[in-house]
Amino acid sequence: MMKLLQSQSGASVFQYPLLPQSPLPAQAIDSIGKATLLIDQMIEKKSEVDLSEGDTVQTGQRLAPFQDSAAYAISSVTGKISAIYPYPGDFGKNFTALDIEVAADDMAAPIENLEPTLESLRTYLVNAPGKPPLALLGDPNRPIHTIVVSGVDTDLLVGTHQYAIRTEIDAITKGIEVLKAAAGAEKVAIAVPRDLISGFGHTGADELKAVPPDYPWAQPKLVLYHAFGVEVPAKKTCEDMGYAFFSAESVAAIGKTYLSGHVPVDKIVTLIDKSGQVKVVTARLGTPVGKILQAAGIQTSDRDRLILGGPMTGTALYDEKQVVRADTDAVMVQDAADVSLVSDYSCINCGECVRACPTRIQVNMLVRFLEAGQYEDGAELYDLYSCVDCGLCSYVCVARIPIYQYISLAKYELARVSAVAEASDEQ
Amino acid sequence: MSSKKMFIVSHAPFWHNRSNIPERCYGMIWAAMPAVALGIVQYGLPAAGVVFLAVGTAILAEWLMNRLTKRTATITDGNAALLGLLFAMLIPATTPWWVVMVGTLLTVVIGLHVFGGMGANPFHPVAVSMMMLTVSWPAFMDFNAALVNYELSFNAVFPLSLSKNLGTAAVAGFTPLDLLLGQQTGGIGSTFGLGLIGGGLYLMAKRYIRWEISLSFLAGIYMTALVFHMAAPDQYAGPLFHLLTGYTLVGAFFLLPDNASSPVNPIPMLIYGAGAGFLAMLIRNIGSYHDGVLLAVLLMNLVNPLLDKIRPKALGKVA
Repeated sequence: MMKLLQSQSGASVFQYPLLPQSPLPAQAIDSIGKATLLIDQMIEKKSEVDLSEGDTVQTGQRLAPFQDSAAYAISSVTGKISAIYPYPGDFGKNFTALDIEVAADDMAAPIENLEPTLESLRTYLVNAPGKPPLALLGDPNRPIHTIVVSGVDTDLLVGTHQYAIRTEIDAITKGIEVLKAAAGAEKVAIAVPRDLISGFGHTGADELKAVPPDYPWAQPKLVLYHAFGVEVPAKKTCEDMGYAFFSAESVAAIGKTYLSGHVPVDKIVTLIDKSGQVKVVTARLGTPVGKILQAAGIQTSDRDRLILGGPMTGTALYDEKQVVRADTDAVMVQDAADVSLVSDYSCINCGECVRACPTRIQVNMLVRFLEAGQYEDGAELYDLYSCVDCGLCSYVCVARIPIYQYISLAKYELARVSAVAEASDEQ
Repeated sequence: MSSKKMFIVSHAPFWHNRSNIPERCYGMIWAAMPAVALGIVQYGLPAAGVVFLAVGTAILAEWLMNRLTKRTATITDGNAALLGLLFAMLIPATTPWWVVMVGTLLTVVIGLHVFGGMGANPFHPVAVSMMMLTVSWPAFMDFNAALVNYELSFNAVFPLSLSKNLGTAAVAGFTPLDLLLGQQTGGIGSTFGLGLIGGGLYLMAKRYIRWEISLSFLAGIYMTALVFHMAAPDQYAGPLFHLLTGYTLVGAFFLLPDNASSPVNPIPMLIYGAGAGFLAMLIRNIGSYHDGVLLAVLLMNLVNPLLDKIRPKALGKVA
């Protein structure tokens, strides 16, 4: 796989692969020993929370330990809490981590008062497998008129959403029913790879959209552009335009919850090994990445790269103890020999990035502003906010500039600046 | 689980198409080799001396500038060697050693490093130094004077000075085949039409240069020369003659498509190339210089930033 991709240059050669026609049942990863749950609020002192080390929890039990916050986690295993500690994440997102020693017996805690309402969904499913973006729904200032159930994966080699839409169609049908009742959206559309576009008639979806196989057309903004004919203005999001993207897996998780009365705790994960071979597995949320790789027989060694997500947009990990989260669609291992490093050359203006960019940004000019830290000018003059985060500019960069990293940093810094400005306006 | 393994952490994407700067520079050098080789065959050791001196001086100058600007040494990436080689390709084989050294230093220091190094030069460094030499020491840059002592098997008068001074009839002896095979005087590496075209095709196929620029430049030369020739056939030589003489081909494939000083969008590339062709022919036919390619390159380099403002609308851009 890697060889094929390397021998050609340019953007159009990248195609999303289809999973085999009849995908094998995903390999289940069991006996994980220890799981780590993440709660979306960082703990500062132990007295803040109602949980303590030594407490026992059951699978599916809802843990909302903060007195002053609704942040919660659904336990994915049965066992004893062995540690509670703050857990800093990327881009300033911080968590509280709960380590749980897994017990031999798996005991499922039932859910109480499950209604097909947004409130019920938010009470149990915010961190369900696939991470349904429930926060987007029910905002009167930003109404959602179409929910897009995405059966396409945005990154290359990743087959998680595709796997979900091919194997969990009954749960998705139920999920669509619940979402329609709860969200008040007019329409539900399903987006699938172009070659799979049939057999979704009974799902209750109002529309079926085909996504072309070329990278990066499965990015939500590009799906809207090509399949729905909606061009999202540069500083707006898909939600601003009334579209909410739900991964097929998250809709299936919603459906399963309402079908069974239990919140699902198994996450579909695409494993990508060093040779680019792809394998779909399921694992409990909170399973350490190292355990999954071990169970799947994928070796890692010093100076390899370990990635949560796919090859173009994933996040590199520094150790194998990091865990599978609700939005961890893939785990990739890259051999030390295949790791390409960035250089300290400045842009030579060859224009490869400009030709690769799917949104027609003048990346060569943009990167000059971003390198100098002039983020506002970059956004204003050279379309920073048109970027859909595909990473192709960095992929083709002859000078090996970390362009995509500059872009991510610029967006992050600008978001921080505007958050500070808004906060001071309110005072 | 608490392994001592150290993973490499970096930002996405984790794949790269493996292209790099040295590959491009050395690719350009290889592409220039046939033309340089014929120059050395024709003019012998003095030509080889000029080439080696220029390349060596360029690498030395690059190293000194790296030291001076406290940057990573970049002498192995091939860019300095390429600039030295391109400079040597444009000058006569008999150029005195000190002119070669001064010209190469001007190329690397004034043409490239004062602007910030590779990628930051607004003009092609070699075109800058060549024009400085042409203005400063015109005698050394005059091919007729420089090559007067050579015994060559073909007409040893520089074709463009013949056509300029004496009209079309004077260059009737130069057949396109002669010109393609390098049977003309000129710079060490700028006369072998076939070699330069071969090199150019290689560069375009490898995408080291942008074909839009080279081909629109050649089209610009052809069309402008054709118009002149049709208006006054006796006074102005035909388009094919102009395509195969002077710096046309070396300019089309090695000077004009320089990354830093040329546009990247499709329409600007076409305007840039065609504009340079048009200007080069104006200078050749009604200007005071015999060859106008270098000046045309500099002039179009000058408008390149403006041209690249003609760009497609980005997705979601609010007008």
